[in-house]
Amino acid sequence: MTKRTVVLTVNGRDHEVWVTPSDSLLDILHDELGLADVRYGCGEGVCGTCTVLLDGDPVNGCLLLAVQAEGHQVTTLRGLAGADDSLHPLQESFLRRGASQCGFCTPGMVLTALDLVRRRGRPTRDEIRYTLVGNLCRCTGYTKILDAVEEYAAQAGPAEGPGGRAQ
Amino acid sequence: MTIIEQPRRTHGEQPGAGYRVVGQSPAHHDFVDKVKGSLLYAADWRLPGMLYGRVVRSQLPSARIVSIDAAAARALPGVAAVLTAADVPHNRVVELASGGLAELEVVMPVLAADRVRYLGEPVAVIAAATQQIADEAAELVSVEYEDLPGVFDVHEALADDAPRVHSAGNTLVTWEIHTGDVTAALAAADVVVEGEYRSQHVEHAYLEPEAGVGWMENGVLTLRVSTQVIEHAATIAEILGLPASKVRVIAAYMGGGFGGKEDMTVEPYLALLVWHTRQPVRMIWDRQESLLASTKRHPFIMRYRTGARSDGTIIAQQVDILGDAGAYPYLSPRVLFAGAALACGPYHAPSASVVARAVFTNNVPASAFRGFGAMQVVFGYESQMDMLAERLGLSRTQVRERNFLAKGDQIPTGEQLSTCVEVEQSMHRALEMLGEPSKPSGPAKRVGRGIGCNRHPYGRTIWFRDRASAWLSLQADGTLLIRTGITDLGAGQAASLCQIAAEVLGVPLDDISIYIGDSALNPPAGGTFATRQLYMSGNAVLNAAMELRERIGAVAAELLAAPAEELVFADGGVSPGQPPDPAGPAAAEPAAASLTLAELVAACDQRSVHASHLSVWRAEAGTFDPRTGQGDSFPDYTYGTHAAEVEVDVETGEVTVLRYAACHDVGRAINPMRVEGQIQGGAMQGLGYALTEDIMVEDGYVQSTLFANYLIPNALDFPDVQVGIIESGEGKGPLGARGIGEPPIGNVAATIASAIHDAIGVRPTQLPMTPERVLALLDEQARAEPQESR
Repeated sequence: MTKRTVVLTVNGRDHEVWVTPSDSLLDILHDELGLADVRYGCGEGVCGTCTVLLDGDPVNGCLLLAVQAEGHQVTTLRGLAGADDSLHPLQESFLRRGASQCGFCTPGMVLTALDLVRRRGRPTRDEIRYTLVGNLCRCTGYTKILDAVEEYAAQAGPAEGPGGRAQ
Repeated sequence: MTIIEQPRRTHGEQPGAGYRVVGQSPAHHDFVDKVKGSLLYAADWRLPGMLYGRVVRSQLPSARIVSIDAAAARALPGVAAVLTAADVPHNRVVELASGGLAELEVVMPVLAADRVRYLGEPVAVIAAATQQIADEAAELVSVEYEDLPGVFDVHEALADDAPRVHSAGNTLVTWEIHTGDVTAALAAADVVVEGEYRSQHVEHAYLEPEAGVGWMENGVLTLRVSTQVIEHAATIAEILGLPASKVRVIAAYMGGGFGGKEDMTVEPYLALLVWHTRQPVRMIWDRQESLLASTKRHPFIMRYRTGARSDGTIIAQQVDILGDAGAYPYLSPRVLFAGAALACGPYHAPSASVVARAVFTNNVPASAFRGFGAMQVVFGYESQMDMLAERLGLSRTQVRERNFLAKGDQIPTGEQLSTCVEVEQSMHRALEMLGEPSKPSGPAKRVGRGIGCNRHPYGRTIWFRDRASAWLSLQADGTLLIRTGITDLGAGQAASLCQIAAEVLGVPLDDISIYIGDSALNPPAGGTFATRQLYMSGNAVLNAAMELRERIGAVAAELLAAPAEELVFADGGVSPGQPPDPAGPAAAEPAAASLTLAELVAACDQRSVHASHLSVWRAEAGTFDPRTGQGDSFPDYTYGTHAAEVEVDVETGEVTVLRYAACHDVGRAINPMRVEGQIQGGAMQGLGYALTEDIMVEDGYVQSTLFANYLIPNALDFPDVQVGIIESGEGKGPLGARGIGEPPIGNVAATIASAIHDAIGVRPTQLPMTPERVLALLDEQARAEPQESR
């Protein structure tokens, strides 16, 4: 297993890391870069606890090799925090609506939902459900997560971002 | 949508006329870190020189170990240790989960020495410089097995000539609870309904797999793990032959547990590796490893015979329960006790005969899982109620109303219920919440509604003489520290304690820090299981706060020249005068003289009055006689009803849940938002149990080896769970609270089965109620009634 150096751009900062070709992005982010908000849950791409944004799109960190992330912008939940460690409005909605219980799925949920609201503006509750199928939660029964995403979307205004995919 | 019933408060000696903090839903403490993603779980700890662990597991369900060759694994560069049974100082764990009351004494090895009894049983454990090397080394451990006959079915295991899983026998425990003359009552009954109900192996599927990090510190073996029970420190010390004072367990906030982290998971393996290598070690079980070998929910086979008068009054219940314990005892004796004790549900049973057995097989071991035996039986007793209603031409609510227990009534163990039973109110509320009936969405669709009532214990069985302790300390600046050895599953266990302390001492929530889950530094509070944590540690914190307030209140009374009993502790200070009535328009004017808590702490210090306090709270004590099945079982119960509307596709057998409502009497909602969360999450887990989740085990081989084919509910599968909260104020927890962690998972399977029967006229008796099984029932129905077409 020959190691090589890759430069990963994570939360706006470049990191030079030694990786083997088989290292997953998840393992490098969690174990090498100390990003505890990217979590191992299944290693199959089923549960979504390792969700990160790759150039803005949600992906499973366990299904991507670290070397594949080179040259792309990787955003983890911690990357959403304001300069003073303040919460993103979607995180505030999660807090206010009780959308976290054990909290293990929360980073992935927030990132996936954030991408949806960016693309769709005010998605319907069914759209939110459909989009979150790849982020499992075993504690909340989803209702409060859906409430939080709806609440945030209602405040966030129209869709934005690359492509401007407003409805 | 949530409907919160007007609480009927019974204050007794509780502080104040209305609560300021209790009953609110602040999102504080650990939840802030959770939404930030900054909470550090068990796998998120890294120490210098840390090694990575891996368990080598058996590849056969029943075999003799001929030899283990670890030479190749040891020779792999980077491998620090390969340990087998010979390396375990005391390779035996004896659980005695009922406290030695009734079960066989069976030894479970930490690492299998001469034989393996289930697929996935640990046989060796490895530490290496990287996870990849540890995984590779695990492949190099060569174990030679000689197949032994196994037994994989509980009925077969009971046969005289069945292969023995353990030499002591295959029946781990038999519980019997008898009251009255069931045989005579069944003979005298106007109607007897009979049914057999089966449930499946179920996976906890917490999203955080089993994980932890261990290290040596000042000669103390220290583990920081995802666990519900830090008291396992004592067992780990026994395994290593160490004094109990030389093992410390720290519980990280868990990424879910649901009972699956009540037994030890990674702990003994981490401990062995740390002890042998003297280096820090991390171990995370793969999801697939967890699916294969972690404990499961017990499959139950339940046979019910219920005798009643023609008006629907039950006069006899005869119940036989078989639970598949798998290969080792774990907590099966207690799970089956809960099944036996709760087998008659929230209903009168003037005569009852309940026999519950836990049986060893060479299947994956079963142990604690939210619901804990008291859940499986709901499917049994509620199906019986529906059948009774159908047989007698009564409505499903009528037959229940005729039989509901009430405060003061006797249950089959001979105990009298000492708190109110609001199950009838919950039933009507849950049905109301369903709203107007839906119309079928197509010609092959049938819509039906169902209900499921339950009685679920909270607190440990009484004969364990449970206790919990908490230490509160006001700091010089008037802020508060709470230390208590609870563990936090994510339900707000620690946060609720802050609310209770804030209520009594008037410290703002943001000024409270709570330290939990550390067997060395915090006073013991017992694990988070059995829906006991709010009940036990909540009472401990409440008492500690009341006692502390009484002590420092005497000083405040002196300084403020006011009667101590009239002092108000609020907003970080103490003032004389009546507590403000939150319902009233104008609260009393704040008194001219008041003290900040910081001033009061300083005044206490001058007078040598301690501003810290340790309180130990003990649950009621009692005894249970396993020979007669009479005595003290559980401290109290939580009651509730779920109601569902489903649509069944008679061509595909698919069941779609259209609406779902759940209503429970929680006594007092300390944090209503968290109570709703428990009910919604419990109901959702129950929906998975009812309809999709199944760890299939064939001849001891777990077939569900990927998370992709174990179907826990996703965001799209089921509708929102509507919640109804009743606050009777009569629980035995702090301020009249009842436990709500486990109860809401119990009702679901029965509720869905009831709705399916209402829709298509067939009664599911086996879980999960998959499309294949529903179709098979429809086929059976068609064959039985060839003339009638639906």
